[in-house]
Amino acid sequence: MAEPFRGRNLISVAELDREELEHILTLAERMLPTAEKGEPRLETLKGRVLATLFFEPSTRTRLSFETAICRLGGSYIGFADTRSTSHQKGETLFDTIKMVEAYSDAIVMRHPNEGAARLAAQVSNVPVINAGDGAGQHPTQTLLDLFTIKQEQGQIDDLHIGLAGDLRYGRTVHSLALALTHYQVKLTLIAPPALSMPAEFVERARGSGLDVQVTEDLESTIPDLDILYQTRIQKERFPTEEEYLKIADIYQVGLETLREAKPELRILHPLPRVDEIAPEVDNTPHAAYFRQAFYGVPTRMALLALALADEPEAGLPAGVAGGGA
Amino acid sequence: MAEEEKFLKVQPIRNGTVIDHVSAGKALKVLEVLGLAHGKATGATISLLTRVPSGREGRKDIIKIEDRELTPAEVQMVALISPGASINIIRNFAVAEKFNVELPGAIEGLVECPNPNCISNQREPVPSQFQVESESPLRLNCFYCERTVDDVEGQMV
Repeated sequence: MAEPFRGRNLISVAELDREELEHILTLAERMLPTAEKGEPRLETLKGRVLATLFFEPSTRTRLSFETAICRLGGSYIGFADTRSTSHQKGETLFDTIKMVEAYSDAIVMRHPNEGAARLAAQVSNVPVINAGDGAGQHPTQTLLDLFTIKQEQGQIDDLHIGLAGDLRYGRTVHSLALALTHYQVKLTLIAPPALSMPAEFVERARGSGLDVQVTEDLESTIPDLDILYQTRIQKERFPTEEEYLKIADIYQVGLETLREAKPELRILHPLPRVDEIAPEVDNTPHAAYFRQAFYGVPTRMALLALALADEPEAGLPAGVAGGGA
Repeated sequence: MAEEEKFLKVQPIRNGTVIDHVSAGKALKVLEVLGLAHGKATGATISLLTRVPSGREGRKDIIKIEDRELTPAEVQMVALISPGASINIIRNFAVAEKFNVELPGAIEGLVECPNPNCISNQREPVPSQFQVESESPLRLNCFYCERTVDDVEGQMV
């Protein structure tokens, strides 16, 4: 491991090597029962205060972090929008962090500006976890995506993973593609040319030895996939409503598109979804996106325990040996 | 070169800085980023030689700034525009110090991130910060938002 987790910031998924990713995923798996039912009851972070600073709205990320700290016996302070804060009066992020670090043991932050988390980490004496900085990084989403893949398929290595939809602007798919370079997977990038994955990510994936295919054709790719990671295509990326509708229609996953899918295909989506997955798919065994949203809790429990606890595994049932993907 | 030496001997300065081997045509830009392009900014006498024949690069610019020695930050700015330049500190007509400019691994506060949404462009009380990704061609990487800067000259503060 590059450095111990205790007291460490998490700004970008690029900071984690495979051993560290596995360490987090393995601990997250052991956190599952407590994440689900509150049993066994943990006091790993009793008396610890987490600050959740959401300068931009978020549902899943904020709530799952707040659930995670509660499940570990700690508590949280923070805000879910900036209307009631000094940010409205023009307070700098620098000053906000200086104050909050004195109130809390760790800071989770979402901010509209790229690089905000790095600035916060520079200013703060307590660890900072990036919960999304503008179009930049969102590393805990990637961790829960990996955790979901591993839970749903039992492994990450040797899978055929398709990333579909808006691969150009979607930060979750960029980070996921980077993280997957630590695994032996086949990666197929499925997007219209206007929304294709930036070349630097494709090159990095190929450079790490991954088999990377690029296609526009979702329907004919689906039968070969183990994981389909679907993302939302945003209307504002297209010059006209008509062009948007045309593309949105081609990239919608419905029962018909899944006709020839492997029974064990699992569909992930960072949510919120709009039209890209038809509601009928929710009732098929393929739908994993709601479980994925729940997996944010054990993953973030593992991260918080590692960053803040002297004994992250305290109170957990004996662990499973090994942690290979 | 004899011709060059003659030129330099014609206009010696008593005290100050001679920036030599400036990339041809870049002298004005160097003065601009040093804040010396306008008379108001400094009382110093500045001589500027441009496109002087030079064995090393074919042509070069030379800047002589009287009664002023450059700070380390100013030397970094020169390096960002003309990485091959050399600095001569003149005291009492003699070269007291001579060194080539060098790009440090990290650049602080001299360049503005081209990403308008970067936190370093939001009035936070911290200087911008870049790592040198490549020296030739010069490319920087924003420490905060990770954006690559290709047009370093155009982004200088």
